[in-house]
Amino acid sequence: MKHHVSFTVNGDPTEVLCESEQTLLDVLRDELELTGTKEGCGTGDCGACSVMLDGRLVCSCLVLGAEMNGRAVETIEGMARHPVANGNAVDTDEMAHLHPLQRKFLEHAALQCGICTPGFLVAAKALLEKNPNPTETEVRYWLAGNLCRCTGYDKIIRAVMDAAAEMRGA
Amino acid sequence: MQEKIGNPPVEKEFKWIGTRPVRPDGVDKVTGRARFGADLNMPGQLTAKVKRSPHPHARIKRIDVSKAAALKGVKAIVTRDDFLDQQSEFVPAGEMLINYRDVVRNVMAREKVLYEGHPVAAVAATSASVAKAALDLIEVEYEILPHVMDVVEAMKPGAPLLHEDMITAGVNPAPTTPSNVAKQVEFKLGDVAKGFAAADVVIERTFETKPVHQGYIEPHACLANVSEDGQADLWVTTQGHWVVRAHCAKLLGWDISKLRVTASEIGGGFGGKTVVYLEPVALALAKKSGRPVKMVMTREEVFRASGPTSGAVVRVKIGATKDGRITAADATLTYQAGAFQGSPVGPGAMCAFAPYDLENVSVLGYDVVTNRPKVAAYRAPGGPIAEYAVESVVDELAKSLGMCPIGLRLKNAAKEGTKAAYGPKFGPIGLIECLEAAKASDHWKAPLEKNQGRGIAAGFWFNIGGETTVSLALNEDGTLNLMAGTPDIGGLRASLCMMAAEELGVGIDDIRPIIADTASLGYNFLTGGSRSTFSSGMATVEAAREVVREACARAAKLWDLPADAVTFEDGQVKPAGDNAGQHEPMSLKDVARIAGKTGGPIVGLSKINAQGAAPSLGCHIADVEVDPETGRVWITRYTVIQDAGRAIHPAYVEGQYQGGAVQGIGWALNEEYIYGDDGRLQNPGFLDYRIPVASDVPMIDTIIVEVPNPRHPYGVRGIGETPIVPPMGAIANAVEGATGLRFTSLPMSPPRVLKALDTARAAGDKGLKV
Amino acid sequence: MRYEAPETLDAAVALLAGAPGTARVMAGGTDLLVQLRTDMIRPDLVVDIKRIGEMRGVTSAADGGFLVGAAVTGAELKEHGKLKAAWPGVVEAANLIGSTQVQGRATMGGNLCNGSPAADSVPALIAAGAVAVVAGPGGRRELPVEDVMTGPRKLALAKGEIVIAFRLPARPAHSADAYLRFIPRTEMDIAVVGAGVSLTRDGGGRITAARVGLGAVAARPLLVKAAADAIIGTSLDAAALEKLAAAASAACQPIDDKRGTVEFRTKVAGVMARRAAAIAYERAGQR
Repeated sequence: MKHHVSFTVNGDPTEVLCESEQTLLDVLRDELELTGTKEGCGTGDCGACSVMLDGRLVCSCLVLGAEMNGRAVETIEGMARHPVANGNAVDTDEMAHLHPLQRKFLEHAALQCGICTPGFLVAAKALLEKNPNPTETEVRYWLAGNLCRCTGYDKIIRAVMDAAAEMRGA
Repeated sequence: MQEKIGNPPVEKEFKWIGTRPVRPDGVDKVTGRARFGADLNMPGQLTAKVKRSPHPHARIKRIDVSKAAALKGVKAIVTRDDFLDQQSEFVPAGEMLINYRDVVRNVMAREKVLYEGHPVAAVAATSASVAKAALDLIEVEYEILPHVMDVVEAMKPGAPLLHEDMITAGVNPAPTTPSNVAKQVEFKLGDVAKGFAAADVVIERTFETKPVHQGYIEPHACLANVSEDGQADLWVTTQGHWVVRAHCAKLLGWDISKLRVTASEIGGGFGGKTVVYLEPVALALAKKSGRPVKMVMTREEVFRASGPTSGAVVRVKIGATKDGRITAADATLTYQAGAFQGSPVGPGAMCAFAPYDLENVSVLGYDVVTNRPKVAAYRAPGGPIAEYAVESVVDELAKSLGMCPIGLRLKNAAKEGTKAAYGPKFGPIGLIECLEAAKASDHWKAPLEKNQGRGIAAGFWFNIGGETTVSLALNEDGTLNLMAGTPDIGGLRASLCMMAAEELGVGIDDIRPIIADTASLGYNFLTGGSRSTFSSGMATVEAAREVVREACARAAKLWDLPADAVTFEDGQVKPAGDNAGQHEPMSLKDVARIAGKTGGPIVGLSKINAQGAAPSLGCHIADVEVDPETGRVWITRYTVIQDAGRAIHPAYVEGQYQGGAVQGIGWALNEEYIYGDDGRLQNPGFLDYRIPVASDVPMIDTIIVEVPNPRHPYGVRGIGETPIVPPMGAIANAVEGATGLRFTSLPMSPPRVLKALDTARAAGDKGLKV
Repeated sequence: MRYEAPETLDAAVALLAGAPGTARVMAGGTDLLVQLRTDMIRPDLVVDIKRIGEMRGVTSAADGGFLVGAAVTGAELKEHGKLKAAWPGVVEAANLIGSTQVQGRATMGGNLCNGSPAADSVPALIAAGAVAVVAGPGGRRELPVEDVMTGPRKLALAKGEIVIAFRLPARPAHSADAYLRFIPRTEMDIAVVGAGVSLTRDGGGRITAARVGLGAVAARPLLVKAAADAIIGTSLDAAALEKLAAAASAACQPIDDKRGTVEFRTKVAGVMARRAAAIAYERAGQR
């Protein structure tokens, strides 16, 4: 049995047909070809598939596609903001379209292989929206569900703290 | 805290080397654009799944796929019958060797299944759910055989034999009866008996470690497509796509030219993506079905059937005089290979005592097969196991001699001119500089609190060079395209662009780097052995210098001067010598504009077998706190000190140091493969295979020591592997400092630590500190 | 597999009661989807209860207690200031279930009805004296949380019955609770041992009432009366804490598995109970 599901992805109305067993992660990756959301485990243990669902951070591998009717999902693909209309103005700083977290991850070399990066960014953005001034310990515990095997977390934590400071205007 | 120590001789100020620019592949990785192994789809593609053995050891009597083949949506099925058998032939994979006779059997079981999770069939179907349903319809009749999981058990006479015809190699005369011991290796220097006789103190201990998995976050994945004329394409997450090409062509009996392999972005490998699992199967299914076939392992499959590194038993004996000079060192290493021969016992034996300048050394290693997944390379394969044991004994030796553990190590440290037990004499190496930096660090001097301890351990890794091709094309507008062939796992493209930019006097944004596919560039050995920045860097410099030579030649032609009358300085081509100042200097942009008219495109192409790789040595300081009531060990402070030769992009060097350290922390404290008596893995997921999470670890401080490698144009040493070598020893030594107890078995997980504490309490152990 | 997301409780009960084959209730899905993924279960019907309004809220009862919907997520519980103030142990236990991501989905109803002896929120609910409100084809009934699970994956629920809410009692003055668990890492593990303690002290600091719940030390989470008795009437001095620990350890009937040994669980159950009691006692003194 297939479910006809209507929801929004990064603000855009979307419709898909999905099987009962398909997860939101499957729907994003296989039906909508939004492959920025990664599968590291499929069991909610690694956080690589983190997305925002109605404003809550979740693992998209632990959500069924069939649940999605009327809901709103935000993925890594929606994190950078490109202006729709820019008149004749020449875009002098393309990097400014990136979210501060995305820029700070680059500046701090907070990624090596990059497979966990989308999940970390989505999760970190959720943290900073809730807590603009987190301590190192708060960042570490909030991100404990996002596994990284390359970096030892050091530079990720620094990048999040630095982005938080920049976003606070500090 | 990140520091840099050392003063490498510099002929001139660098513009790029040693800076921290944003990596060229970075934006794609923070926006979700970067495509990894599972991120590519093709029209009409099928999904394939693997049927795996539920038994750790059984003879396959019959495989019947007829019911599965009849299922609607099933397009192809392969079993052992679809792969040619292979002769015994060893080929390199990273620092390890593999044998094609075994590879074909690991990819698809033939006579027997040798571990739980061993593939027995694969199905390509129109959807994952159809493929899964088809797997259930495949009938496999097994004759279940007794299994053996432990190396000590596997070596006993009468143990179940995995390979009935396996005769131990490396023993003279060769044994006449088969056993599970595939190979014996031995390295000797001097006379250990004499050395021990001269010792005032001798310490001998036996250690045990469990298999641990590389734990890359991206599961194995590939997408195969084969045309009717036999031309094939493979998209795959791998550390070496030329190596994948070679293995697949060999296993399938195809010409190498027929197969083009493209490396996707790779989501971590750590050695585990140097071998093939799904790739030949996907190609066989694609050929059979005439459709593109995508295969992605589940995390469970990754744990059950892709390579962890060995569990091992290691005996170490070291003797020293009262003043702390080591007189003899002796070890026996017994490593699990998994189902097929080829544990990293060889490199383990080679680097066991490599950090030390010793006269008398003897190391004996055994490569033992057991009913577990075949091990694969894991970051400094073999080294961490051996050096954990050695560094634990060195620490105990320092205690028994009343010496500072750094002092003892300094007294015996390997240095330029030291002859290693495995053969070579070291060139300039930086262990002494690292130990001095450790001694001078704030960390080493900081006070400890109750229940805390501090440990230090040294580490060594060889590093390799090898076959490498890089091309650098000057575009019409003066920008450049760089093609390398060693997959970029952690910032390689940034480092290569920096070296090219340094040579050419251009900006790094002027260079667009890619990892080329196997049809676009000459052969490249894989990313492994910490070789990619070293080897591809060396080739990049050569290619850049060829661009410079060609640019000079073109300008010479334009100016009608002899070629040697033109020089390249500060990114500009200039007339030199007597002709200096006769013509306006030309930038590379200017040269690019005249390239067509002066002889055609300008491309630097370097094809080398990179020589002169130099080892990287270092030491780690770990502070721990032990909860005396639960046995839990916390890492409270950690510093990595390591010789990088020269850090091209220091942030990515620090990243390697930090990442390796945290993998080692996991290995030391919680990671292990847990099997039941039934030979089945009980923790095939990140829930119970416990890699460190962000809240488990502190910031990892780093001190980059730079003792340049004279055989690399920028002094580079490979640095990626050494960081996982010292942590287990450093942490074990710190736990000893905190508790007074020496742990000779990994992981030091809470139940083990608490049991040891309680046992010591019950025995009234006076040395117990908590 | 059929997926349904009814909007009323009656519809959910009817679906479950009338379902041929196997049916599973899905709340946050953080256990259910893992079991589906790993082929541990292959249900014919999944009934998603998250669209049922009355299971999704927290209401304050007239007597000062709370009625907590079984499908309220951990993240929502944490944001409920009044509930968190009254029952910090219950809320922190619920917040130990999985990662931040899992907290966005996981519920106490699901945690209980998944039937794991190691469920974090259950010992805390048991210590709190929480009552499960159950709806089914035969109407509604209430039973103490400690009576819901009868063994691993076994519940005292009939076909068609759903746990819809937890009733948490009103708090007398100087009352508080706490929950602690032992895991090898700092996060992301299943409890090797869990201990919940809820207690009330009098003005002088003497404990007048207490309940102790233990998880992951037996086939189901336990209410350990002997452990509570060890501290009632005391001011939680060292001797009382030792008696509490001994009683908690004595109540354990654990197994050896990949997460811990019998020996370890037995000993650490006492340690966790003792530490949780100290926190609850301290908290109770502050109110």
